[in-house]
Amino acid sequence: MGTENPEEIVLSGISGSQGICIGKAYLVDREGVDVIERYYLDPQNVKKETNRFKQAVNKAKNELSAIIEDIPEDLRQHAYILETHLLLHKDKMLYGKTIELIENEQINAEWALRKASAAAKAIFRNMSEPYLQARAADIEHVADRILRHLMGTDDVDISGINKRVILVANNLSPAETSQINLDRVMGFITDRGGKTSHTSIIARTLELPAVLGLEQATAVIKSEDLIIVDGNEGIVIVNPAEETLLRYEELSRRYEEHKKEVIRRGDLPATSADSKLFRIMGNIELPEEVVAVKDHGGDGIGLFRTEFLYLSRIDFPGEQELFDQYKEVVELMAPLPVTIRSLDINGDKEISTMPTPEEANPALGLRAIRFCLKRPDIFKTQLRAVLRAAAHGYVRLLLPMISCAEEVTESIRLLDEAAAELDEEGIEYSRDIEIGIMIEIPSAALMADMLADLVDFFSIGTNDLVQYTLAIDRGNRHVAHLYNPLHPAVIRLIRHVVDAGRHKNKKTYMCGEMAADPINLPILLGLGIEELSMAPQSIPEIKNLIRKINVDDAEKLMSTLLAQSSAADLHQIIKDNYGELLFEDIYAE
Amino acid sequence: MSRLEKELSKEVTVTNELGLHARPAAMIAKLSMQAASNVWLIKDDEKVDASSIIDILSLSGTKDSRITLRIEDPSDTEVLEQIAALFEIGFKE
Repeated sequence: MGTENPEEIVLSGISGSQGICIGKAYLVDREGVDVIERYYLDPQNVKKETNRFKQAVNKAKNELSAIIEDIPEDLRQHAYILETHLLLHKDKMLYGKTIELIENEQINAEWALRKASAAAKAIFRNMSEPYLQARAADIEHVADRILRHLMGTDDVDISGINKRVILVANNLSPAETSQINLDRVMGFITDRGGKTSHTSIIARTLELPAVLGLEQATAVIKSEDLIIVDGNEGIVIVNPAEETLLRYEELSRRYEEHKKEVIRRGDLPATSADSKLFRIMGNIELPEEVVAVKDHGGDGIGLFRTEFLYLSRIDFPGEQELFDQYKEVVELMAPLPVTIRSLDINGDKEISTMPTPEEANPALGLRAIRFCLKRPDIFKTQLRAVLRAAAHGYVRLLLPMISCAEEVTESIRLLDEAAAELDEEGIEYSRDIEIGIMIEIPSAALMADMLADLVDFFSIGTNDLVQYTLAIDRGNRHVAHLYNPLHPAVIRLIRHVVDAGRHKNKKTYMCGEMAADPINLPILLGLGIEELSMAPQSIPEIKNLIRKINVDDAEKLMSTLLAQSSAADLHQIIKDNYGELLFEDIYAE
Repeated sequence: MSRLEKELSKEVTVTNELGLHARPAAMIAKLSMQAASNVWLIKDDEKVDASSIIDILSLSGTKDSRITLRIEDPSDTEVLEQIAALFEIGFKE
């Protein structure tokens, strides 16, 4: 403890997830999220440390050997990657280098391994050939396995990370965010990212406060600094003064109380002030999250993202594995609907299974339905699992990234083909599935009147729709501030979709993050969207707000709103008309 | 090149379509680990350790690349021959 008190610093960023937490900062190594400590060894302990590392490598190798032995005969041809991993454990660039670093720099094994793997990965990342670039992931897998054994079997120095911390990082990838150990993390803040980046989405799912886009958090904050994360206001306070601390403890307490009160009423239906019923659904990535949807009073699953089973693994998941997972979700939710979105990979998430050819614009590249139609074998495995799950409850199939009618007809043809196969094989399934498409590409929005003939429902994916309509990369901090769902062009597109659907008696839902932001609510209700899907934690709050809104009035306000030429004007009008109603609870002092 | 040096090295060509990717690299590394001394792969002016998969991959041995195999200890001739044979059969691909 120094003699002078460090000065209080306030950093402002973007609110990624609501809530307030107060705790010690933990600076995450730029290379990844695992909470790894660096410490220096006493010279006499160097030998002990290299032995600890060697033991971890052996344990990791044994574990992997067992995995390889368990691989069924018909998948054996894929095992060679794992055999390669087995050899990588003792590769001099990883193994030899780590030992060398422990000895020369007298640092702990975890940190040495992290350094060695970072160096090895860098070799591959700088290569021109996409195949070799992708090999960096192999090194990461191997290093991670060793690391797990290093940290898991060791009782020397995990005390330092056993307490709960606030992660401070430059950026977190979806895969990294998914690895966050909830027992150790109470919130997180990053230099990059924004409201709709995956980090925010996952933070909201985990109900952890998060502030993103801080730009210089990693430069200003040191590990062990006391920080306050205010996810409601999007600010972070470093080294708070005593009065600030007291104020925030009070705010935090009040926020938790408000949240509890809203959640208590979450199970009640979302009926507007003028008695119109809306369905508020949950977005999930993992089957476990169904519990959160039910706990928060969700009326079904409006978006079940299916990518996680495909990420961070060598091979593709088989039909049975997918089926087991879908069935679990469908049965848990029944009789309420579960909307399964077919595989959406190779956009900003990439899949480790396939070496992907370099794409200059992945968001405009081979992803989602385009990838699935190019690989009907992979697509059909998933469709078969969906059809089989449909026999156990209420299933909807949602096709992502549709840009033209042919993609819809081809997907339905493959679905019918899969159903015919199951029929022939005598496997239980149900073809009684509602088919919908994501409206997230402007071309699909503009063609909604035609597409309505082919499907049962639309689901507007606002994150991508806004990005593609406004040509703004939401991950690029130089333009992220221009990303605005209330842009009049976006509102017009949404209105067109809802009207086109209504004309053909097809319903329009929304599953993007726009649905969970209170400010948008009057517009969405006024436009006639009947179902909103969001992170489970947002459900009670949105239900609570819908109960206060008169939809008839909101519809009447639409003509004024649609006559505005800027997002700022739209925003102002909503605030003037609904500000008090939408924000009174949260910001009540 | 002296007679001895000649005995200790061998010229091979990458014949398989995919080049020296992870599987061939693993096969080479596995053999090289049995050697008494160092085994090297040399392409143009780059020389890498044949017992390291990472090193081999970093060589970017695409199809038709010419590669020199080199051992340091005459007792490793058998390893040298086995690796050369792998190249010849295109790593059974």
